Amino acid sequence: MSTNTAMVEKYRNNFLKEVEANVEEGEWVKMCMQCGVCAGSCPLGNAWEHPPQEIFMMIRAGKREDVLTSDSMWMCTSCYNCIVRCPRELPITHIMHGLAHYAKRLGIQPKGNPTQWFSEVFWNNMMKKGRVNELKLGLSMYFKDGFVSGIKESLKNAKLGMNMQKTKRMAPMEFFGGHGVKNPGDLQKIIKKAQELEAARIEEHGK
Amino acid sequence: MSDIVASNETIVVVGGGISGMTSALEAAECGKQVILIEKNASLGGRVAQLHKYFPKMCHPTCGMEINLQRAKRNRNLRILTMAEVTEVTGESGDYSLKVSLKPRYVNENCTACGECEKAVEAEFDDEFNYGMSKRKGAYLPHNMAYPQRFVIDANIIGTDDATKAKEACKYDAIDLDMQDEVIDLKAGAIIWATGWQPYDANKIQPYGYDRYENVITNVEFERLMDPQGPTGGKLVRPSDGKEAKNVAFIQCAGSRDRNHLRHCSRICCMASLKQSKYVRSAYPEDGKVSIYYIDIRAIDRFEDFYKSVQDDEGVTFIKSKVANIIKDKDDNPVLKGVDTEGYNRYETPYDLVVLATGMQPSVDQNAFPIDIVINQDGFIEPDESNGAIFAAGSTADALDVNRSVQHATAAALRAIQVVNKAAGTGA
Ligand SMILES: Cc1cc2nc3c(=O)[nH]c(=O)nc-3n(C[C@H](O)[C@H](O)[C@H](O)COP(=O)(O)OP(=O)(O)OC[C@H]3O[C@@H](n4cnc5c(N)ncnc54)[C@H](O)[C@@H]3O)c2cc1C
Ligand code: SF4
Ligand code: SF4
Repeated sequence: MSTNTAMVEKYRNNFLKEVEANVEEGEWVKMCMQCGVCAGSCPLGNAWEHPPQEIFMMIRAGKREDVLTSDSMWMCTSCYNCIVRCPRELPITHIMHGLAHYAKRLGIQPKGNPTQWFSEVFWNNMMKKGRVNELKLGLSMYFKDGFVSGIKESLKNAKLGMNMQKTKRMAPMEFFGGHGVKNPGDLQKIIKKAQELEAARIEEHGK
Repeated sequence: MSDIVASNETIVVVGGGISGMTSALEAAECGKQVILIEKNASLGGRVAQLHKYFPKMCHPTCGMEINLQRAKRNRNLRILTMAEVTEVTGESGDYSLKVSLKPRYVNENCTACGECEKAVEAEFDDEFNYGMSKRKGAYLPHNMAYPQRFVIDANIIGTDDATKAKEACKYDAIDLDMQDEVIDLKAGAIIWATGWQPYDANKIQPYGYDRYENVITNVEFERLMDPQGPTGGKLVRPSDGKEAKNVAFIQCAGSRDRNHLRHCSRICCMASLKQSKYVRSAYPEDGKVSIYYIDIRAIDRFEDFYKSVQDDEGVTFIKSKVANIIKDKDDNPVLKGVDTEGYNRYETPYDLVVLATGMQPSVDQNAFPIDIVINQDGFIEPDESNGAIFAAGSTADALDVNRSVQHATAAALRAIQVVNKAAGTGA
């Protein structure tokens, strides 16, 4: 049985309970009073299929499939406008990321979503040396859709690249190795430990 | 002021709004000795600043008039205006108070003829109109002011204006040598009725009250509609005097919000419903009202009132808390947000926007002259440990006039029980 079907079995019609138990900050969802301030405050609001207010209502209405496969939470840029204004102080941004993370864990996140892809590239890039390698990160973005469009993209953004070099935000030598933290191995150990704890926590909830 | 007699059978009432007046009159009419202490130069409180009252839509003047007649007739009631309690010590049945009195510079001879006002030149923001108009340095707080006696603004003392005022008075009513005074009082029980103040709209940053002239508060709107208000009762907008025919109300502006006031202010839904009637009667043909709300709280008997506004085709209800306000090139405030019935995005301009700001206790939590139990919202709790200090009306909770009056009557009864006991006549 996949984790997804196991969870469906376990929570049956109570998607709110499932969210409360498994999603980071999920226990806040029931506090939403549907005022709409978060939806109206999101600067990327028109790019979302479902604004946070609607996501919270959908969770309560048991629209499990629609919520977890939606790309709405993946659109959140963590600007924190909604958190600052929410009259009930819901940690909306964190709930959005929590939902996205949960969907990914269950393997039912929307496929081919660019922000999701970018998060992974960013994570892998950072984990290698403990610092983000801007040059490699930039290049992998440009070449995401193949070699030809990559060259075109790079040329389009050449000026940005030059400026970043000038302000020492990006160095061409980064291509060969690049800078990092003193002991990347230690960092990786710390992260590994955190991942183990996280896995144990999930295991515990899954019971 | 040495003629004030007070003992532990006296009831002191602090605050002369509708609640304080009610407590004071009820107790005095039961034969108790009552001293009413009001900070302003006139009684009446916030109710005097309303244009009309819900639910009957009558003018506050009539209710006030009855109370003032009762006050004038009663020999048990002493009223001190421009007075504040600075210190309270003691316990139930035996309190000592210090009261500081500010000089009015005008004595009992004043006939309210207004000659002093004509004589002076300096002008100040008129606090009765929430600073939307000016008043002179010699002034009557408002038409219904009680006592009907002028006030000389302390800021003109020592200037030519003060001398001009004194010379203009034919009744020798102006006494420029009046001084600050502090008096001591005794009391068996104290009724606290210092009331409320509007929540500071400047703190609700996304609504731009501090930036947009055509975004005003509900208390300002009451003054705007009043024939004695800053526009003579004409519904025009502040930026350019244009007729405001398309008006939006934003409910819960600063209430039910953990970033501002946590409580529901309870009266602002009814206030906006009432004010939408103002708009519709100012422009019956083409006046339009939009009310943005989370949910409408027209409690118990007010349902009918709500229904009558819903039935009006000129009034639209939009279930949404507005996210923010911007301004277009014609100075129209533009409301932005998403509605809850369909999650539709809107961006709608209006002539004028009224923020339904809530009620906040007027005395700061930490500024009470004696230890007293106050809840997290700043209202006084009924608590044994408060001894014989009783809250009345909106000092105890966000209440409308009807409920304030009921509450104030109950407070009077409690105080009477205490002083009866002190006199040895109570149980
Ligand atoms: C926009 C709006 C419209 C409203 N319309 C209606 C309506 O139509 N009908 C209705 O029923 N209710 C209405 N209300 C509610 C109504 O205003 C209150 O119920 C009423 O004012 C409560 O009276 P109060 O005496 O408790 O307080 P207040 O009116 O605030 O009176 C308190 C008094 O105490 C004095 N005071 C303050 N501090 C001190 C101090 N330290 N020492 C001495 N004195 C002090 C003040 O000067 C004042 O005179 C409205 C409220 C708002 C915001
Ligand atoms: S702002 Fe807060 S209370 Fe309002 S809809 Fe969004 S999450 Fe719910
Ligand atoms: S009375 Fe209405 S507007 Fe006022 S705080 Fe309560 S719900 Fe909001």
